[in-house]
Amino acid sequence: MTIEEVQNEIIDEFSMFEDWEERYQYMIDLGKDLPLIEEKYKTEDNIIKGCQSKVWVHANMKDDKVNFTADSDAIITKGIIAILIRVFSNQHPKDILEANTDFIDKIGLKEHLSPTRANGLVSMIKQLKMYAIAYQTQLN
Amino acid sequence: MLDVQNIRKDFPILNRTVNGKPLIYFDNAATSQTPQQVIDVIVDYYSNYNANIHRGVHSLSQEATDAYEQARIKIQKHFNAKHSYEIIYTAGTTHSINLVANGFSSLLKKGDEIIVSALEHHSNIVPWQMLCERTGASLKVIPMNENGELIMSAYDALLNDNTKLVFVNHISNALGTINPIEYIIEKAHQVGAAVLVDGAQSCPHLKPDVQALNVDFYVCSAHKICGPTGVGMLYGKEEWLNKLPPYQGGGEMIAEVSFEKTTYAALPHKFEAGTPNICGGIAFGAAIDYMNSIGFDNIAQYEHELLEYGTEQLQQIEGLKIYGTAKEKTSVISFNVSNIHPYDIGTILDKMGIAVRTGHHCAQPIMDFYKIPGTIRASFMFYNTKEEIDAFIVALKKAIMMLS
Repeated sequence: MTIEEVQNEIIDEFSMFEDWEERYQYMIDLGKDLPLIEEKYKTEDNIIKGCQSKVWVHANMKDDKVNFTADSDAIITKGIIAILIRVFSNQHPKDILEANTDFIDKIGLKEHLSPTRANGLVSMIKQLKMYAIAYQTQLN
Repeated sequence: MLDVQNIRKDFPILNRTVNGKPLIYFDNAATSQTPQQVIDVIVDYYSNYNANIHRGVHSLSQEATDAYEQARIKIQKHFNAKHSYEIIYTAGTTHSINLVANGFSSLLKKGDEIIVSALEHHSNIVPWQMLCERTGASLKVIPMNENGELIMSAYDALLNDNTKLVFVNHISNALGTINPIEYIIEKAHQVGAAVLVDGAQSCPHLKPDVQALNVDFYVCSAHKICGPTGVGMLYGKEEWLNKLPPYQGGGEMIAEVSFEKTTYAALPHKFEAGTPNICGGIAFGAAIDYMNSIGFDNIAQYEHELLEYGTEQLQQIEGLKIYGTAKEKTSVISFNVSNIHPYDIGTILDKMGIAVRTGHHCAQPIMDFYKIPGTIRASFMFYNTKEEIDAFIVALKKAIMMLS
C-alpha cells in the first residue's frame, strides 16, 4: 500500500468513532500493541528530544524500504507513534520524505500538532523524515 | 469567610468550556487567572492614558507616570518594604533572579560559595551555575528528605565564612513545601551571607513582610497573583541595591551621559533601563489590591481546606502516591498513579476540561530524587471549589480506567 492508501485506511477507521473517548481508547489500545523496539536500541542517541514522555525510534532499511520500531514510556504517545509507524514503515525513503501529514487533522488529533504539546508529535514526524533523508542519501 | 461563588463571578475565564466541558482550572501554580477588576485596569490604561512615562511633560505621560509609581507604592506597602525605591520592576521572577545574579558577578571571587536548595526551580539553579562559571565560586545544595522538606542540619553544616549568598524558594513549585526561610535567613546572616528568596509560589498564598523577615532580596511575578504576565518585582535592601552594578544599559537608567562618562540614575531607575511594561506595572498594583480585598487570612484558610479535602479524596484512589508531604505546605498536590505516565493522565484530563500540569515542573533535581519522570500537579487557588475537586476525582478515575 502507498502512504496515502494507509492514511485513508486510518481515516476510515477513525471515522467510526463517535467521541473523543472512543478515539483515545483506540489509541491507547494501539499503544499497547505497538511493535516494541529492541532493548539494545533504547539508547540516549535514539531518544527524540522535545517530548515530555520519552520516545525511542530505531530505523533500518531493507530492499530499499525503511522500517521503523519505537517505544515510549507513555501509552498515548505510543499510540500516536503506532499510527505514524503504520503510515511510514515499509515505504521508500523518497515517498516518506514527500508525504504530507494532513491525515492527522482528519482523525481528530490536530491538537497534538501544536508546538506546546509536550508529546512532540511534530518532533516525531521530523525524526522519521530525518531517517528517510539519511537512507535516501545512501540510495543516491 | 470567603464567598467563593461571588469571587468566581470576578473571573470571566471560569465560565468557559474546554473540549465541551466546563473548565476546571487546577494549574494555578503555573499561572493564576485574571479577575475583571484587573482586566478593567488594563483596558482603561490602553483606552485612556497610554503614554511613555517619566519623560513627557504632557498630561497623558504624567497620568501614566503617576499610576505606574502609585502601583510601585502599593507593592512596597504590600511587602512592607522600607522605601518604594527598593522595589524594582522586572519582567518577572526569572528576570529578577538574573538581575541579582548578574550583579553579584562583580562581587564574588574564587573560593566563595553559593548555597541553593534541592527544591529549586530551574530558574533558580541555572543563573547561579552561570554565576559560578563566571566567578569561580562554587555551588552547594541543601538536601531534602523524603517528605520534600529541606534538611536544616545539613544547611547548618554548609554555612561557613566563604558563604556569600543563599538562594531558596519560599515555597516549592513542584511540591508545595513551605520552607523555613526565617531560620535560613538568620543563619545566613550569622556568617555574613546575603539571602535571596524566590517568592513566585508564596505570594499567591501569603503576605511576606520583607522587613520582619530581614531578607536581602525577595522576588515574585505578577501573573501568579492574578496579575498579567511579563511583569514582576525585585525587592532589595537599599544597601544591597546600591552595591549591585546596573544590569542593562539604556534610557531611563542614567543621570548624565557623555562619551567620556555616564553617571547612573538613583534607585530604582538604575535597574529599569528602557521603556518598561507600564500597563503591566499598573495592573500588578491592581492585582495586589484585588488579593488584599479578599484578604490573605481568608485565602490561606480556604486554600488549606481545599488542600486537605483534595488530599483526602486523592488518597482514596488505589495506587496513587502523593509527592511532597511536608507538614507546612500550600495548596499544591503532586502525584502519580501506579505506573501510568503523568503525561497520559494529563492528556485524558484535558479532554474532560481539566487543566493540570504534568511533567518535571522545571524541577528535574526533585524528580531525580524520587526517581520518577514527572508528576501530575493539581494546584488550587481561592476561586476553586470542593465541587471542582469532586469532578476532578471522577475524571481522574475515568482516566485511570482508560489507561490501565
